[in-house]
Formats: sequence, structure tokens, C-alpha cells
Amino acid sequence: MGEGLPYIINGISVGGQYALIAIGYTLVYGILRLINFAHGDVFMVAGLVMVYATSALPLYLALPLVLIATVLLGFVIERVAYKPLRSAPRMSLMISAIGVSYLIQNLAFYITGGIPQPVTRPIPWISDNVMVFGQSTKRVTLLTPVLTILLVLALVYLINHTKIGMAMRAAAKDFETAQLMGIRINAVISMTFVIGSFLAAVGSILYFTNYPSVAITSGGMPGLKAFVAAVFGGIGSIPGAVVGAFIIGLCEELIKGAGYTTFSDAFTFALLIVVLCVKPTGLFGEKVTDKV
Amino acid sequence: MTMKKKKSIFLVVVLAVLLAACLTVDALLPGYHIAVTVIKKATVYALVAVSMNLLNGFTGLFSLGQAGFMLLGAYAYGVLTIPVAKRASVYQYFDGGSIQFSLPESCAGILGDAVGPTVGMLAALLVGGVLAALMAYLIGLPVLRLKSDYLAIATLGFAEILRAFFQWNALGPITNGSNLLKSYPTFTHATPYVLLSGGMIAIIVLLINSTYGRAFKAIRDDEVAAEAMGINLARHKRLAFVISSFFAGIGGGMMAMYMGTIAAAPFKSAMTYEILLIVVIGGIGSITGSILASFLYIFSSEWLLRGLDSGTFLGISAPSLFKNGFRMAAFSVIIMAIVLFFRKGIMGDRELPDLLDRRGRKHKKEAAEK
Repeated sequence: MGEGLPYIINGISVGGQYALIAIGYTLVYGILRLINFAHGDVFMVAGLVMVYATSALPLYLALPLVLIATVLLGFVIERVAYKPLRSAPRMSLMISAIGVSYLIQNLAFYITGGIPQPVTRPIPWISDNVMVFGQSTKRVTLLTPVLTILLVLALVYLINHTKIGMAMRAAAKDFETAQLMGIRINAVISMTFVIGSFLAAVGSILYFTNYPSVAITSGGMPGLKAFVAAVFGGIGSIPGAVVGAFIIGLCEELIKGAGYTTFSDAFTFALLIVVLCVKPTGLFGEKVTDKV
Repeated sequence: MTMKKKKSIFLVVVLAVLLAACLTVDALLPGYHIAVTVIKKATVYALVAVSMNLLNGFTGLFSLGQAGFMLLGAYAYGVLTIPVAKRASVYQYFDGGSIQFSLPESCAGILGDAVGPTVGMLAALLVGGVLAALMAYLIGLPVLRLKSDYLAIATLGFAEILRAFFQWNALGPITNGSNLLKSYPTFTHATPYVLLSGGMIAIIVLLINSTYGRAFKAIRDDEVAAEAMGINLARHKRLAFVISSFFAGIGGGMMAMYMGTIAAAPFKSAMTYEILLIVVIGGIGSITGSILASFLYIFSSEWLLRGLDSGTFLGISAPSLFKNGFRMAAFSVIIMAIVLFFRKGIMGDRELPDLLDRRGRKHKKEAAEK
């Protein structure tokens, strides 16, 4: 148990970060039925902005800047790349998402020169080391799950008890009817991208505090895994995405702990395929099978 | 002369001119010249793009597993063709590896030194294709029941799993773990690539024009209607998936030939995305488009736009703007413009012979107006 503990703690922390990304996928998928391939790259851009901002600005300016820049990026992506394709077939939308992902990665390569950007000034306090049950770990590892749960609770409140949340639920249920009922669908979709990007930015700040550097490909894997988490939990369902993310984060770290690091990524995809074949609606998904 | 006959003559003439051009390039330029490199790389990409188009454009199955099947083909080619004498140095961390024969050498022993090695290399390519097809059959059993985006993400996942397996140290005696495979024979000239890839694409074209091809298109256009017309959905989807993967495997083997060394790392999802975007640029559902787009893409990224990365472009010298990565950034902006505003790509769903049609239609239109 003593040996496994650091992996369990890490796993919960990684799970929390995946959860924050997975919510962005699940919200967008719920409304647009689109796998937003660019979401992982938005996550990566947030990391890059954090590296640049924290090395140039004081912390109280840098962190809000990261959040605002990421939210703006998510908003612009939706307006430029997805909105013009609203009536196009779903495949065009997905190709557009892949194109955006490609574009962001290449732009990031141009700006960074292809060199992983080292996290030179990690955020103080949360990157301090603390002792838990005799194991040394960074404070951010303990903070992540707590912060994740708080943010998710806030989001669930937003969706269940506010007007925009009601509009989002309506749009997810039936796109056309929601429009007929006078819901301004573009505002609702923009809002989901804003929320998704905001949570991805928070996830990114937490994630890259634990890593030495941000590379342009850093977003791809966490992005795909978060998507798997969203599918695992039942796409469209927020609690599902969170539970799925924690399970995947835990399993992954335990596999690493058992010495099969090469397969920690493969496991996630194997899980995805098993879930899709056995229970396509996921753990908490709605009983609609026409998508699969 | 009938239109059909005209079209066939047009097609033959264009292909003959292209082949002649390629032979001239080979005769005049040395093997390391950039033109030869471009032709080699572009033909490989063309074959893979066409194989992806067969699945995504003609059958309507949105699969993102191409890189995984290419990986299989590439490794099969490398593993089977490394000369026995060089195995010890290539597999230095795995005691020379567990496979102690090389197809080109065995074939040379049987058929003589003149044709033997070439036959061996082709056989290795074929083995790669067959392996990819077998893997596709197995993967297809669970995955092909899924639709659109779920299929995409599941095939993407399988490609990643395959990559993990090839980097696994326990398989090292065969795959060399995460180390490079190298020193295997390759074709130095461009013509063999053109002939090989051209032959494969010709087979795909024949397939698309057969009853199977019509069934694929019917499935793409409307699954329910296709099923009602008596098309066995599961069987045809599986067939398309297996055939597409077979050619992706062969394309992977050719990719290995072109690159000279193989590692699992470059065969990740970014490669699939790149190929998908080539298919989109060319037009989803057009073989000619995919080939054209591959050549355009490789030609501009490898040669024409090189200057964008190294400081000078079109005589403008701006090292601070034209630095490493600008080329791909500019490229992706163009790709996004095509995705958003020219959704049909270069060719839409037309093929090379159809280019004659357009002129014909214009004439007819003018005649009708009179």
C-alpha cells in the first residue's frame, strides 16, 4: 500500500485535470454533436500563455490573463470555424475541428520555434512540496481534486438553476425546437465554448504546474483521454465525465506504477473501445442509441 | 468518336506524359535531387490518401486509423528486408533480433541476383499489406458497428494502441523496441515508386468502378436504402475497411522505403490528420483529387515554400518573419480556408476524364441558348 499511495494520489490529481478538460468535450458534444478535436490544443495554448505570462507579469495579472486568453480563443474558434458550418454535414464539422487543431499546433510551433517551453516560474505555494502519509508531493496534487469538485458543483448549479443553463439543456435536448422557442442558439453555443475553455484553462494551469515544460503536442494526449473519459461517463453528462475522468486518471497512474508505462495510453483507448461496444451510452448516458 | 472513347484516350495520354516526365527526371537528375524526393514522397502520400478516400469518401466510414496500418506495413517491410549481415548492428540491444532471414536475400538465392532482391522487396511490401488487412479485419469486428464520430475516435484509439505495442520492449527482438530500424534496401529512383503506387491506385479505381464500388457508394449515400436494395451492410463495410487498410499497409511500407529509417514515433494521429486534410483539399470522393492534392501538398511544403522557413521567400528577405514553422502555419491557414469556404476541394467528386465533360457541357449549354 505504501508503494501504491503516491500513484493513487497522482491518479486522483490527474483525474481532476482530465475532468476539467472532459467537461468541455461533453458540453460541446451535447449541443453540437461535435468532437471538438481542437479542445486539447486550447488546453495546450493555455499552458503556453501561462509560461509566457508568468515569466513577464506578476502573478495576480498573469493568471487572469491566462483565463481570459483561453476563453477568447475558444470563443473565436467557435465563431470562425464551427458557426459557418452549422447546416453542413457532421463530417465537415469534424474535419474543420481537425483543421483547427492542425492550425493551432502549427502556429504554436511557429511561435515557440518548436522548442518545449520550460515552466521557469511555477506558481508559488501550490508547487511547494508537502508531506502526505509520509510521501512527498506537490501541493497542487492535493488541491486539484478539491478545486475540480468545487468548479463542477458551480457548473451543475449554473446548468440547473440559471436561465442560460436552462437554455443549454434545451439546446442539448433538441436543437431545432430550442431555436423555435426563442432561444438564441448562437449565444448558447458560444457560452458552452466559453465555459469549456475556462475549465480547460484552469485544468491547464494545474496540469503544467506539475510538468517541467509545455510542448506543442502536450495537448493532444490529455485531450484525447479527456474525451475518452467523457464517452466513458456517458457523453453529454457532466457527472459522468467527472467520474470517468477520475477512473481513467487512477487506472493510468496505477498502470504506470505497475511498470507498464508504454501501455498507460493504450489502456485508455482499449477502455474506450470496450465501453463503446458494450455500453455505448456510457455510465450515466441518456438512453439514446441512434448515435452509435 | 464517342465521349467514352475520348475520355479513355485522354486518360492514357495524361498518364503516359506523366510517366515519361518521371523517367526523364530519373535519367537527368541524381537520386538525392529535391525533385526526385518530392516525387517519391508525393506518390507514397497519394497512395495512402487514395486508400483513405476509399473509406472516408466512397464508403462514408469516417476512420482515423490510417497511421496505425501504415505503421504495420512499414515495420513489416523493415523487419523482413534488413540484410542478415546487418541485423547484429541494427538490433544491437536485442542480440541481433529473433528473425534471421531477409526476404530480398532469400529471393535472390532462388531467382538469381538480377530480379531476386526486387521481388523480395515487393513481397515484403505485400506482407505488410496483408498484415494490415488482417489487423483491420480483427479491429473491424467490434469497431465497424459504431457510427461516424465514435468510429473515428475508436479507430484513432486502435492506431495509438498499435503504436504502443511497437514501442514495447518485450517485442524488441522483432520490432527493435523504440530504437530505429535501418539499413534496409530501398529504391533510389523515383520511377519504381510511381509505378508501384500507380498500379495500386489503378486497382483501387477498378474496385470503385466494380459492383463492390457501387455498393460502397450506395452505403455512403444512404445506409437504410442500401440495405433495402439487398446490400449486406456489415460485409461491405468490412470489405472496404480491410481493402483500405491493405493499401495503407503497402503505403506504409513505401513510406519506410522513402524515409530510410523506421521508428514508431512519427506514425501518430498527426500523420492521419495530415492525410485526411490532403483528401479534403483534393475533394472527398475523388481519386484524381487525392493524387493531385498529395503532389501539390508535398511539392509546396518540401520545395516551393521552403523559403518561408529559411528567411527568404520570393526575393523578400525577412528572417524574423520567415523563420522555422512559418511554412506550416501558412499552410494550415490555407487548409482552413479550403475546409470552410471550398468544401468540395480541388476536384469535388470529379475524376480526371470528367474534365473533358465540363467543356462538353459548356458547348451544349451554348448550343441550347442559341
